[in-house]
Amino acid sequence: MNTYTIDLSLRPTTFDLWHVCLAGTAALLALILIVVLVSVLLGMRRCKSAAPAVVAPTPAPQPEVKIVEKIVEVEKIVQAPAPEPVVLKEATPDAALQLLSLLQKEARFIDFIKEDVSAFSDAEIGAAARVVHQGCSKAVSEHFTLAPVSKDPEGNRVTLNKGFDAASFRLTGNIVGEAPFTGTLVHKGWQVTDLRLPKLTEGHNAKIVAPAEVEL
Amino acid sequence: MTARYSVGIDLGTTHCVLSYVDLEAGEDQVVLDVLAIPQLTGPGTIEDKAQLPSFTYLAHPAEIAEGATALPWTAKPEYLVGEIARNLGSKTPIRLVSSAKSWLCHAGVDCKQAILPVEAPEDVERISPFAASKAYLQHLRDAWNHRFPEHNLQDQDVTITVPASFDPAARELTVEAARAVGLGQAVLLEEPQAALYSWIENSEGDWRNHVQIGDVILVADIGGGTTDLSLIAVTEQDGNLQLTRVAVGDHILLGGDNMDLALAYTVKAKLEQDGGKRLESWQLQALTHACREAKEKLFNQPELGSMPLVVASRGSSLIGGTLRTELTRDELNRVLVEGFLPWVPIEERPVVRPRSGLRTAGLPYAQDAGITRHLAAFLSRQKEATGELADHVLPEHASFLHPTAVLFNGGVLKAGVMAERLMQILNSWLQTEQAAPARLLQGADLDLAVARGAAYYGFVRKGKGVRIKGGTAAAYYVGIESAMPAVPGLPAEIEALCIAPFGMEEGSEQELPNDEFGLIIGEPVRFRFFGSKTRRDDAVGVRLEYWQDDELEELDEIEITLPEEGRHAGDIVPVHLSVAVTEVGTLELKAVSKRDQQRWKIEFDVRAGDA
Repeated sequence: MNTYTIDLSLRPTTFDLWHVCLAGTAALLALILIVVLVSVLLGMRRCKSAAPAVVAPTPAPQPEVKIVEKIVEVEKIVQAPAPEPVVLKEATPDAALQLLSLLQKEARFIDFIKEDVSAFSDAEIGAAARVVHQGCSKAVSEHFTLAPVSKDPEGNRVTLNKGFDAASFRLTGNIVGEAPFTGTLVHKGWQVTDLRLPKLTEGHNAKIVAPAEVEL
Repeated sequence: MTARYSVGIDLGTTHCVLSYVDLEAGEDQVVLDVLAIPQLTGPGTIEDKAQLPSFTYLAHPAEIAEGATALPWTAKPEYLVGEIARNLGSKTPIRLVSSAKSWLCHAGVDCKQAILPVEAPEDVERISPFAASKAYLQHLRDAWNHRFPEHNLQDQDVTITVPASFDPAARELTVEAARAVGLGQAVLLEEPQAALYSWIENSEGDWRNHVQIGDVILVADIGGGTTDLSLIAVTEQDGNLQLTRVAVGDHILLGGDNMDLALAYTVKAKLEQDGGKRLESWQLQALTHACREAKEKLFNQPELGSMPLVVASRGSSLIGGTLRTELTRDELNRVLVEGFLPWVPIEERPVVRPRSGLRTAGLPYAQDAGITRHLAAFLSRQKEATGELADHVLPEHASFLHPTAVLFNGGVLKAGVMAERLMQILNSWLQTEQAAPARLLQGADLDLAVARGAAYYGFVRKGKGVRIKGGTAAAYYVGIESAMPAVPGLPAEIEALCIAPFGMEEGSEQELPNDEFGLIIGEPVRFRFFGSKTRRDDAVGVRLEYWQDDELEELDEIEITLPEEGRHAGDIVPVHLSVAVTEVGTLELKAVSKRDQQRWKIEFDVRAGDA
């Protein structure tokens, strides 16, 4: 029966095939280990440099967009369990610019607001106010359909049942207790039931609300 | 592919409207819609509007930024039409084409020549009245196809309205414009008839209770640019009520725009007298606009005594440069009611001054603004209009045709004061001849009635409702020189040969019995061409030697050129003239060879300046 003894002072005097293979395998494994380690290190460094770009908000909306209303959602990318993401609506500037332009075109609105009225008499301002009033009324009625929120006449007692729309009805004054709430209708409110804003062509610069006029 | 919709197009002088009926909506149900027409309102902005203003603006290349004229269906339209044209043109009138339709009916002008705008300086590109009409139709077609990509307008039943007073050449041009934009299937309908169809449709079957046999309905259509009059008689056939259009009036270029302008001039005179200020042309334009709004307010709110008028300065200083005045109810009544609807007896006629010799080429606007005088002339001239109808007997002493009912159309008559006044005057005429007062047919939509009626007409053509019988609104004649020795100093006598009788129905054809003309191959032969709206009894082939001045109206000449196909130039071919009224509603003249029955079409649209 063979017995194996371990003697660490022994040194091989000849390299047989087995030992050569053993040495080669060890060297190969060491090499693989180094490659893997290096690549992991590099990968981590790259991830770090790319990370800020991922978290950055979506680029600001271009001023020339054809869609009248656009909801821009700003989301923070957070791995860890966090509170519900807050969705903020950001108004696109185009619709606002369009409205300004319409009011200027029909009612000379910006001219009126920008003028110093202190130098003029009430009669003169009144005459100009007619232009503004007539034009604003035309611009608004052409592009918006307005309806009162509450159909009751102002001054009437109204009752709001539980679950009423708090955005449509604003409670003021002595707000205590539970719904139904009964109170006096102070203002009937306005809501836009239909909206017909002009569409804009691609490349239209909405920031020019009134072009300069040059007569030849 | 069968048509899904019946589409009515009101190709107006100042506005176009497109209305449609879904033919598959259900049994005999009529649901009328008016198409919201996308159009540019300014550079870069597009809005949907029910009316497309009939204006074309010929923009300077540097005037508008690249891409600012894009429409939903094209990146760059050939012409700017609609609201943008009117807006830009109000500040640059030399590049604005307006009232193209009225030019189509203007004798002595070649409507296919680029002549508009008339006042434009040399280097402004011009277009023809025909091209402008085509541009409006094309815009309407594209708007429709954009909205209904599945049902192209080219495949639908299309009815285009024309004034009843349009002559054969103007009708032909309208059809040709429609054909040029692919609407070859379109048929024509007279506007007053369309208004009556709209009223019938609106009454939902109840109209039979509002009219009876023996009624004569006067349709008075006072639009933005023209006044159009028609008479429609209610008759009976096989126990059913039937409508027959018995007379149409002349083409009167007089309408709401004249009224606004008249008001503006009145106010301008007042301003210049009070303040000694001279108004510039842009101020007058702004004043016209302000007058229109003030007029509507005063008409709609009887308790108002006057309306302030404000003309803002053009600069950015609004308060400083504002011009202020007012329009009083007295002025409104004096200028509009007394000026346009004067209280006149039935014997009165429109004043015609001889035109001054040097008249720049322009539209023949009516010289007399008194609409009631035009109406008096029309009713007196058409006294015999119902002569052949058994149920319509005028009293012996009648000096004019007595209408028993009135249907109004057009924006002007939306004003209660104007409508009432017209009725009062008409009834005062009737009263002097002991006739019962005429009643007003209620329930018409004065702005959109024509387009709606036209859409309904497509429905009627399918045999689903009462159809107004009409036929040609005039009898037509060619002038031939009588065979008589020439007398020095006297022009050769002209005889009028009737080639189409009054009231020829659509789809019918008539041939001249005996008269023969020798036409020379390859050489154009021109005929003088006449129409009469009053001679109802002339049959084809009748020769008139004498006629009253106001009986026959000379239209543009017609021209025949026989092609040389298989013949020698200079040969003389004997031909008959044959006349057909097409299903579309246009008059078609043909020369028919006696020998081999070959046919050649005779053209109307040879409106050279020498007519």
